[in-house]
Amino acid sequence: MQSPAFDHLVVGAFLLFGVVFVAVTVFASNLLSPKGKDEPNRLEPYECGVEPVGPPWVQFRVGYYVYALLFVVFDIETVFLYPWAVSFNKMGLFVLTEMTIFIAILAAGLAYAWKEGALRWR
Amino acid sequence: MSETLPVAAFWILALASLGGAVAMMATRNVVHAAFWLLEVMLATAGIYLLLSAEFLALVQVLVYAGAVAVLTLFTVMLTLRRREDAVREFPVAWGSMAIASLFTGGILLVLARFRPALAQVPETIPGVEAFGEQMFTTWALPFELASIVLLAALVGAVWWTGGEDL
Repeated sequence: MQSPAFDHLVVGAFLLFGVVFVAVTVFASNLLSPKGKDEPNRLEPYECGVEPVGPPWVQFRVGYYVYALLFVVFDIETVFLYPWAVSFNKMGLFVLTEMTIFIAILAAGLAYAWKEGALRWR
Repeated sequence: MSETLPVAAFWILALASLGGAVAMMATRNVVHAAFWLLEVMLATAGIYLLLSAEFLALVQVLVYAGAVAVLTLFTVMLTLRRREDAVREFPVAWGSMAIASLFTGGILLVLARFRPALAQVPETIPGVEAFGEQMFTTWALPFELASIVLLAALVGAVWWTGGEDL
């Protein structure tokens, strides 16, 4: 285990790398992109190099909200798995049952969404 | 060196979170406000990390900046039909501003008057292992109840969106 100061330096280095990476990328794309007011594509939204189709603003189907919420639910579960895994060796069977119940309750929600057809892609 | 670096980091993060909050309130575009909220969440995660609350920082980044921000943007994209709907003029609410100023002033006055003792960061900070032990023994029931709350939210969303027929 390293000292917290060292850990923070690692986080700081990551942060610095992230900022520098974005700055270099934006600068490079600014350098490479065509200039001038007459350029027709200047104000076009960038869509990974493909010609954009339709307006960039679309109203989502309400069904997608379930996907977002499923993501939130299982994201929280994943976060709880982290301290669970760390303390697993010490606690053994007790925490295993606890986490099994937790996941089973969430799985019931997933099964309900599946049964209702909310997971069908449309 | 050992003192100035964390203090500098704290000021940067504190200004980032406060500035982001002000920008969030000041922007007239709801989508921009959602992104400013994301910035505030990330800056707050940095403050948690500075306080050695690494698990809280992890939760803040994964759940709030990751999932809740996505949910916020989804809600915006669900409810606004056109791009123009996202931009709103808002009148300055002098009454609300006065109440908020009174509230802030009152809190500052109480803080200045009674000077509560500042909490000290303990010498040794319990790690994730100690946290996990506490959570899965002392707080086992609230932990399981959390899954019920999540289940209720999920079932409610599925029911509300109509499942199959929509």
